[in-house]
Amino acid sequence: MTAVTTARPVASAGSRAVITGLGVAAPTGLGHPAYWRATLAGRRAIGRITRFDPAGYPARLAGEIGDFVAGDHLSSRLLPQTDRMTQLALVSTDWALADAGVQPGDLPEYDMGVITASSSGGFEFGQNELRALWSKGSRHVSAYQSFAWFYAVNSGQISIRHGMRGPSGVVVSDQAGGLEAVAAARRQIVKGIPLIVSGAVDASICPWGWVAQMASERLSVRDDPDRAYLPFDLDANGHVPGEGGAILIVEDAEHAARRGATRVYGEVAGYGSTFDPRPGSGRPPGLRKAIELALEDAEVAAEEVDVVFADAAGVVELDRVEAEAITSVFGSRGVAVTAPKTATGRLYSGGAPLDLAAALLSIRDGIIPPTVGPAAANGYDLDLVAVARPARVRVALVVARGYGGFNSVMVLRSVPT
Amino acid sequence: MSDSFTVSDLTRLMREVAGEDESVDLDGDILDLDFADLGYDSLAILETSGRIARDYGIVLDDDALTDAHTPRVFLGLVNEKFPAVGGAGIERAS
Repeated sequence: MTAVTTARPVASAGSRAVITGLGVAAPTGLGHPAYWRATLAGRRAIGRITRFDPAGYPARLAGEIGDFVAGDHLSSRLLPQTDRMTQLALVSTDWALADAGVQPGDLPEYDMGVITASSSGGFEFGQNELRALWSKGSRHVSAYQSFAWFYAVNSGQISIRHGMRGPSGVVVSDQAGGLEAVAAARRQIVKGIPLIVSGAVDASICPWGWVAQMASERLSVRDDPDRAYLPFDLDANGHVPGEGGAILIVEDAEHAARRGATRVYGEVAGYGSTFDPRPGSGRPPGLRKAIELALEDAEVAAEEVDVVFADAAGVVELDRVEAEAITSVFGSRGVAVTAPKTATGRLYSGGAPLDLAAALLSIRDGIIPPTVGPAAANGYDLDLVAVARPARVRVALVVARGYGGFNSVMVLRSVPT
Repeated sequence: MSDSFTVSDLTRLMREVAGEDESVDLDGDILDLDFADLGYDSLAILETSGRIARDYGIVLDDDALTDAHTPRVFLGLVNEKFPAVGGAGIERAS
């Protein structure tokens, strides 16, 4: 880490942000190859919570990552100071960098930044320290609690681990944050930063995290995994939370080309975000506008979009808003719609980056992953993909909404090779 | 409890509360090495002092702790307040 940067010339207006590496930690698979195989097969990883006894809670199902042992991947120096979400994020980052063929030590440290999203921070770590505080006293609280719970801690730990001192930060806006972080990364690329580690990982399947999630009153309280999370189905009754997400290497296209990047999954072509009007205002929800803004930003016409990765709230009223936004822009059954998050549960800030990864793999492989659960859009005018569907995918649109009125939409486009 | 706080007591506690940098041999001659070179930052030191307060009832002065950059200085701070003879742990460990 001896590099010294000088004032950087403003990048040309043609700077394009592309994604060159994927690091996935999902309930359905660790690493994007395992995740993608499970996703295409429609394999679901939703079951009764095992990380704590859920018997006393109204919601008892979750999408858990079952086979992750942090000590297999990370130094014992990191383990006492990191929440599970940070451990997953650090390992996902290692995978993403390896996938991109990037050795951070080879790049100037101010050429690389870290912008992730977070929804809840390190709940499990915080819970343990609060328990220590109230049961044993303040001397038993870890000094690492000072940052281990914090929203920005994933960005910070990734930055420290890889010596990345460029523009960095965190976005906190529930599920929408996962797209907003990547949008922020793209803005830095346009400003001339060569590489940003982005995406998000959340993991708060612990009693304290659970009751915080219950406050949304959107959690499914069913015990049958087949009937618990049914977006775009009139039998929808809330969502199942999951843990995990994806870390993405967002890179200036020219930089990727210059270093001979092994693969470019696609371009972050467009982005739009809106905020819903206050309830009772009589004004329409903001999602349709967010979709239109993203298409406009990407200079893509609606008919060029090959697939929509839906937010898929699993709440009838919210599903209706999303279905209407999609049909108003793309027409009745005018575009393939899918929600592979039905196999993992909703991952909060990690959900949209995981959808971006799935969309990029759809582009790569020419196949749209299925929505698991609702056999077809039941009562909605959507072409909901129920089994993996071969299709030429050149443009994919990803929707993410955050609790409280956040709407974010991102357009990904294939890059000619 | 022995009559002093030794370097092996220190490394044992640091391993427990802050883990261990795999590239460092904590069982080697570390007394005069900088904590940073041993893979420990200021929070690791703080965490260790918190553990000493719990286990031994010895509360270290924050300002003195800030200046304790090596195990030898750190052990000196602890043993100044140790019920038995100060500094014995260092002698025994080296």
